[in-house]
Amino acid sequence: MSGKLSEKTVRETVITAIGEMVGDNDLRMIAGLLAGVYLLCIALGLLAGFPIGGIVNTLRAVTVFAAGYGMLVLALNLHWGYTGLFNIGVAGFMAIGTYVTAILSSPPTMMPGPGLGLPVPIAILGGMVATAIAGLLTALPALKMRADYLAIVTVALSEIIRLSIKSQSLAEFTLAGRTLGTGGGRGIRYPAPGSIGGAVTETVPGMATLAEAAAAVGINTPVFTGLIYMFILVATVAIFYSIIVRIGSSPFGRVLKAIREDELVASSLGKNTSIYKLKIFAFGCALMGLGGYLWLGRSGFVNDLSFRPNITFFIFIALIIGGAGSNTGSILGGIMFSSLLFYVPQFVSQNFSGNASPPGSFAAAIDGAIVPYIITNIGPLRFVGIGVLLIYLIQRRPDGILGHRKEDAAAVNLGERPQSQSRVNKEKSS
Amino acid sequence: MSQQTLTLSENTTTETPLRVESLRKEFGGITAVADTSFAVEKGSLTGLIGPNGAGKSTTFNCITGVYTPTAGRVYFDDTDITTDSPHEIAQQGLVRTFQIARELSEMTVMENMMLSPKHQQGESLLRSVLPGLREAVIKQEEKNRERVWEMLEFFEIDHLAGEYAGNLSGGQAKLLEMARALMTDPEVVLLDEPLAGVNPTLEQKLLDRIHTLCDEGYTFLLVEHDMNIIMNHCERIIVMHQGQVLADGDADAIRENERVIDAYLGDPV
Repeated sequence: MSGKLSEKTVRETVITAIGEMVGDNDLRMIAGLLAGVYLLCIALGLLAGFPIGGIVNTLRAVTVFAAGYGMLVLALNLHWGYTGLFNIGVAGFMAIGTYVTAILSSPPTMMPGPGLGLPVPIAILGGMVATAIAGLLTALPALKMRADYLAIVTVALSEIIRLSIKSQSLAEFTLAGRTLGTGGGRGIRYPAPGSIGGAVTETVPGMATLAEAAAAVGINTPVFTGLIYMFILVATVAIFYSIIVRIGSSPFGRVLKAIREDELVASSLGKNTSIYKLKIFAFGCALMGLGGYLWLGRSGFVNDLSFRPNITFFIFIALIIGGAGSNTGSILGGIMFSSLLFYVPQFVSQNFSGNASPPGSFAAAIDGAIVPYIITNIGPLRFVGIGVLLIYLIQRRPDGILGHRKEDAAAVNLGERPQSQSRVNKEKSS
Repeated sequence: MSQQTLTLSENTTTETPLRVESLRKEFGGITAVADTSFAVEKGSLTGLIGPNGAGKSTTFNCITGVYTPTAGRVYFDDTDITTDSPHEIAQQGLVRTFQIARELSEMTVMENMMLSPKHQQGESLLRSVLPGLREAVIKQEEKNRERVWEMLEFFEIDHLAGEYAGNLSGGQAKLLEMARALMTDPEVVLLDEPLAGVNPTLEQKLLDRIHTLCDEGYTFLLVEHDMNIIMNHCERIIVMHQGQVLADGDADAIRENERVIDAYLGDPV
């Protein structure tokens, strides 16, 4: 049990650390939701007869999924929630970030997809810069037009990016005497960011002993190193969160909010709205690029199929569930969507499905025959569930879980009021 | 028309921060503003009146850069601002309010007001994020917050500070808009029907306030439909009709101008 305990204590420290930034209430909401998801996963794992290592691995997988969504939903919240920029090209920007980082870090001999073999941190930076530039180029023409055009441009661009990656002519090309490439339809192989867990286990003192202790209780080394990578992802989400909260509670964020509400008013008050939109678009895209690489690209291999437009829509749905405009809501939406609508149904269909045929009559369905049928077909059926949930949300809670909340865009508490002279005078006279 | 040319040639630039020369705006085949010229004197409260469709709002939009005029020039403090964009014009000290109040409804009254001040350090992405640079931002925010409270008190909407702007009544939204415009520290304020929907008591207070601000050196150009207000409060009145300036002078001159009476007033006031 010591492995689980240590995981718990580490998580608690992380939670307290985040708690100082977030404020207790938001933290409690996130922690409460996570605890619920974990309990559900543990129960399902026990039902499926998983050993402790398997259950820990399930918790790890669901957390990685939630953290991946968390990063991307937060980045999208910056575009759509704060500024009202309708970016439906999230997948494309994730692809650029992932592929550029991959090509920069992959050794020249690596096949498919030879690269420059740069150190990973530099490659990550390069990937983010490339995504930011791609965002700028997209936004430049589109931001001059009405808001809907940005949506059309971005969704088209994201498909152009994906098809270019897949294209045979970019699979391998020579640039300034060096052979690079996306690997085309075969995908690209590169040093896995996920392998950092292994490196940490080997180099950080004490980690090896911890890994042995974990192995003793049934958590084998791959799961243990995976847990380390999971914590890195969670820490990245925390960094994204704190940066975006800072942006939101600053005069810069106030201008973004004003652009979302009424761009003409913002410009009539002297704000150069195009510059703000370009800046935040590029910045959000850079975060999306990083998020794509760390999450979808974690195994050291991706292909174009990871970046189909449906991922963009899933991220949008998660943001709508959580509440556009709220950062805590973004994380809640990310956890909910990824675990309850995505991971858990998948888990159920993988571990509990039989060969149930559709119930022959309504009476048989009521009688219980529907249950195995649903379990077997939960994969496609969850999309029906997502549709129902969206209709419910639009009718009953269009603001999502936390979108209704007041999060003042200011670096200071706006409610605080100086006892000004006129007020004092007024009180004296009355 | 002769009077209007007179105004242009006689006044020196320092006394007329805002000058419009032969302004023309066409939308397809419709000429909304046709060769309009006028100047607004420093520290004055100038009224701009005219029947619906006279081109008042289009003139406002051309001055503030929302529309690019088809022809003609707009000068602010002797600088040609005809082709400047709205934010550049606002930064120079010429701000406007809108005919239908455009409050930022999902933002609180305080947030609306805090948006306005110029040269906010925290409007840089880097400064708003990096920890070391944030101290200066916070200091400036505290200063601005103090000014905002004073301004809200001046317009007597301080009790609404924490309210979403979208929840304000029409009159309150008008007050907010004017207060928000003044927070930019403008030199000239263009008010597009600021009194529509404001109750009579408040209206009087607002007018008193505009006069106070005029005495402090602010310049106002006011579009208004209420003839009594224009006649009683504006030192100078510009009457527009069918996109052109019909008359330009003080209340007495306008009252007796036959073309104005025909076009707009119907009966002598």
